[in-house]
Amino acid sequence: MYKYDEYDQAMVDARVEEFRDQTRRRIEGHLSEDQFKPLRLKNGLYLQLHAYMLRVAVPYGTLNSRQMRKLAHIARKYDRGYGHFTTRQNIQYNWIKLAEAPDILAELATVEMHAIQTSGESIRNLSADHYAGAAPDEICDPRPWAELIRQATTFHPEFSYLPRKFKIAVIAAQEDRAALRWHDCALRIVKNESGEQGFEVYAGGGMGRTPIIAFPIREFCPAGQIFSYIQAILRVWNRHARRDNIHKQRMKILVHELGEEEFRRQVEMEFEHILTLGRDFPQAEYDRIAAHFDPPPFETALSEELDRSDPDFALWVDRQVAAHKAPGYAIVNISLKPCGGITGDISAEQMELVADLAERYSFDDLRSTHVQNLVLPHVRKQDLYAVWQALDAAGLASVNLGLVTDIIACPGLDYCSLANARSIPVAQQIAERFADLDRQLDLGELKIKISGCINACGHHHAAHIGILGVDRKGTENYQLLLGGSGAEDVSQAKITGPGFDETGIVDAVERTIERYREIREPGERFLDCYRRVGMDPFKEAIYG
Amino acid sequence: MGDPLRFRDDPAPDEPGVSLDAFLNQKDATSVLLEAGDDVRALLPELGRVRLVEIDFPRFRDGRGFSSASILREAGYTGEIRAIGDVLVDLVFFMRRCGFDSFEPDAPFHPGAVDAALSRYPDVYQSATDGREPIWALRHPQFAAE
Repeated sequence: MYKYDEYDQAMVDARVEEFRDQTRRRIEGHLSEDQFKPLRLKNGLYLQLHAYMLRVAVPYGTLNSRQMRKLAHIARKYDRGYGHFTTRQNIQYNWIKLAEAPDILAELATVEMHAIQTSGESIRNLSADHYAGAAPDEICDPRPWAELIRQATTFHPEFSYLPRKFKIAVIAAQEDRAALRWHDCALRIVKNESGEQGFEVYAGGGMGRTPIIAFPIREFCPAGQIFSYIQAILRVWNRHARRDNIHKQRMKILVHELGEEEFRRQVEMEFEHILTLGRDFPQAEYDRIAAHFDPPPFETALSEELDRSDPDFALWVDRQVAAHKAPGYAIVNISLKPCGGITGDISAEQMELVADLAERYSFDDLRSTHVQNLVLPHVRKQDLYAVWQALDAAGLASVNLGLVTDIIACPGLDYCSLANARSIPVAQQIAERFADLDRQLDLGELKIKISGCINACGHHHAAHIGILGVDRKGTENYQLLLGGSGAEDVSQAKITGPGFDETGIVDAVERTIERYREIREPGERFLDCYRRVGMDPFKEAIYG
Repeated sequence: MGDPLRFRDDPAPDEPGVSLDAFLNQKDATSVLLEAGDDVRALLPELGRVRLVEIDFPRFRDGRGFSSASILREAGYTGEIRAIGDVLVDLVFFMRRCGFDSFEPDAPFHPGAVDAALSRYPDVYQSATDGREPIWALRHPQFAAE
């Protein structure tokens, strides 16, 4: 993975000192909360219901064991012994003291980590395919480009006071594991007819109160010009977005107002101009970065055999382990969704265990996923049993990848100052209702996603079955949505009808799923069944 | 309000900026005030007579002026670009990089704060209109400017 040189380290160290100074000025009363707010937000520090929350960047979801151990240390020393992995592949701490935030950033800097641009109206920490470098279906590892774009967009002078946040995702595979087209700027690495590498670019996606799927703005942007193209997109948006209504300032709204064709025309004109400025990074810099992502020294002539005599292990392998590009290796998915647990939460002890496993069995490489799970990307098949035993002993061997209990949920009203309703208890009740593994396996792929408010951090628009918490006359109410997808078959979920209370929504989910079971064709996923029959059979089951 | 903070050696233009429309209609005007929503490119054919462009920041979070200044410098404009309005010291580093070379904030900067803000970061990751060598050029000396 990428290793900082003295330049990268100096930038992160300078940021720590800047934030230390800003925090001191706030505590001493020289900065008002109004003045301090945008400054702290540029460092991922939110003021939540009970305490400050710090969002730490995990660029493109890649971590090493040293970094994970540091995250565990921070959880133990500065928080309550745990952290929370988010739908942006980052990690959040929920119980931070303002006076200690600079010390946390200083600790992070010692392991080449930071919280730069994890919030606020900035180019956010970018996300990527969590199987990068391991997936059989990728044309290359997307992370060198992700790292190059990270550097190019860090402290960008023209685009540090944007109309709203701006999210970038990068993948290089046909299968979309990154909810690509739900981003403001979605990049898929492709090859053109002459075999040259470049980017297929989508623009103007996003969730929130106005969900829009990014539209294909450019079929092929030569790889070496991608920074110019991103700047062209940003400049058109920065200049022409509304600034009078925070709910209408995301890029998707401008794209919608101008129309795709006009937006594309303006971006192309700007692109032509920016290309003349010579702002793109040279090939030599790409090569320098890419060398950090050379494949690990995979062993050859490894056995493909697996001893499946332990039935629990066999179950786990069949669900949690994915095919790897190198013979004899496998990708291990670690579920952070134990039955009755809190989606994405992980204790300091579990972090350390995962760090140990990554170091010992996965070339010191581990990943966070936008589905709020973790991944050991490069495990020898012959080591799978040992890895499973260790995970199982730590409560990390749940079998539910892509199943009904692999629920995405935002922190909701238990933590978040924006939320209208709690997400965590709803996720827990659904998980308990469907805890039986045979039942889950029978239902197959089924993606439930829960947001505690219209801002949609829980990705409910992209859910097979989505739940949106709203406030109805002072009580929590939950709307049900069906038919969304964040994968390559992307679609936006639709609301079924009137909402429910907390118990009612769990019942409604179960009725929806039971109806699916009655009407599905052999082997048909819930999403495909919904697309075949439409909303009506489900509405009938839900509302009678 | 005192004198603007200037990073230029030439005498400060004494003509107050007029609105973009007025500037385009008054062929002998030399100072123009751009509102955040103005299209800076309308000014490009007239750059020959411009000595001062004031760019207003109605709220410090409104970053349109960063693009306006960048576009002026990219078009070869070498006259003064002054940031006015709700300009906080925390913006000055980015503004300098986008080509602003004078500042007249509504609330004066604290003494020393500007120097601190400008010297905070040892290097920059990307090139901009200020001509600073980006980190990638420092890493690969063959690309460094003469």
